[in-house]
Amino acid sequence: MLRALASKLEMSPDRTTILDARALSRALQRMAVEVLELAHGTDDLVLIGIQRRGVELAERIAKLIEKEEGVVVPRGALDITLYRDDLETIGPKPVIGETRIPADLTGKHVVIVDDVLYTGRTVRAALDELADFGRPKRISLCVLVDRGGRELPIQPDIVGTPVKVNGGERVDVLVEEIDGRDEVELVNTGGGIRQ
Amino acid sequence: MKSAVLGKDLLGLERLSPDQIRLVLDTAEPFKEVSERPIKKVPALRGKTIVNLFFEASTRTRISFEFAEKRLSADTVNVAATGSSVQKGETLVDTAKNLEAMRIDMVVIRHPSSGAAEFLGNRIRSNVINAGDGQHEHPTQGLLDLLTIRDKHGHIEGLKVCLVGDVLHSRVARSNIWGLLKLGAEVAVCGPDTLVPRGIEELGVCRFRRIEEAVEWADVLNVLRLQLERMEKGFIPSLREYYRVFGVTVERLERAPRRVTIMHPGPMNRGVEIDSRVADGPHSVILDQVTNGVAVRMAVLYLLAGGRPELAAAAKRATSPPDPLSTSWRAGAMGAPD
Repeated sequence: MLRALASKLEMSPDRTTILDARALSRALQRMAVEVLELAHGTDDLVLIGIQRRGVELAERIAKLIEKEEGVVVPRGALDITLYRDDLETIGPKPVIGETRIPADLTGKHVVIVDDVLYTGRTVRAALDELADFGRPKRISLCVLVDRGGRELPIQPDIVGTPVKVNGGERVDVLVEEIDGRDEVELVNTGGGIRQ
Repeated sequence: MKSAVLGKDLLGLERLSPDQIRLVLDTAEPFKEVSERPIKKVPALRGKTIVNLFFEASTRTRISFEFAEKRLSADTVNVAATGSSVQKGETLVDTAKNLEAMRIDMVVIRHPSSGAAEFLGNRIRSNVINAGDGQHEHPTQGLLDLLTIRDKHGHIEGLKVCLVGDVLHSRVARSNIWGLLKLGAEVAVCGPDTLVPRGIEELGVCRFRRIEEAVEWADVLNVLRLQLERMEKGFIPSLREYYRVFGVTVERLERAPRRVTIMHPGPMNRGVEIDSRVADGPHSVILDQVTNGVAVRMAVLYLLAGGRPELAAAAKRATSPPDPLSTSWRAGAMGAPD
């Protein structure tokens, strides 16, 4: 079904490619180097991806670091659904993804990995949830796309690419593991006037 | 408040669609992990007030609901019939209306009368969850049994599940029958004529009169408790005779052509409906049922509490349309196999 949807989306005329597969791969390689610099190596490093596409991106960054450094980087997954601040208004999102924390986070340098940074509310929820798993010595934020539009005082430490998004536009991150191909697209959704 | 996916109340499995049942089971899955965390708590129901209104004795169900509520960060109050105004003659509706006047969000009710939960649900605005009403239904027990069977066998469709013993008095049996049939299992009942309701075959279940036949047929035996407190005299000659004729024993199971999964909703009468060596044996999932109970109840509370559809629609209009790839949960969840 996803493939059918994806091919339907491909035909849609108002999609602009921001990163193609090769550009996305280069961005991830640079991000992996920046993660290593930020964490001063891999000793205390833990990568935590936010469900769903953040988990795949964290996995790729971890593998790139492993290739470079020859050590296994612990990584986990976080589903922030139960920590959202809008259960009342959006209704429950019934299928909640897996949360898998590789070890006690106390004393670790946790790098949160997500696909798109927008309002910052997801990251806020992730920070709250991580606090229930221990007391990391530091938490950093690494995103593939920063599209602006923050509603909370949250900033990324590492950014794959910044994207200027106008009203009525949306950023889609597609990854091979879930969507069948690697791409970042700017989608014109028509009607919206919301900034 | 009405949930978009389950409606306002959870009264029984008879009213749920197969898709709704699967949705609850799928939602229970991630909640299992919450109970394994160092801090066993998520803020999903912060600020919600839930009253556990128990007009009948209960240990497992009441504590399981309370854990589920607390692990979702809801505020809970327990009201038992003894020691409350119920003893002074207050009616069920008056009790509930008074609680509602204190601005509660949900009521979990256990009551000796069949239909009590629905009666209440029709008269108050809060969500009502049936935690067992007379001989009618015990939906969360049915759901946790389904989840436990699915965990153990990987699927429910096509499995042969036999409910053994006191089917007559058992709301657990009714919820199991509805849930199992809806998810495509074959269901049978086995017990003495006095404890199996007449005409039960009309629900689409088969009937065994001898436990040996049930053991030979079944993949799963769900052994029901002999509800001595609901029995006037005359249902069975004696407990010892019942055990001799219908007891689920090691000797009987040894003759089964396949390994039979053993379930029991508790509390067990060891040596009456079930042999201790079976209850504690390698194919017993009785304690898994208890663990799954908390996860299933968290899922039900979460699905009922979450959101008002009209607000959800408004919120959807206000924001840019979500990514169709990530919001295909409906199709995904509904279309998923057992």
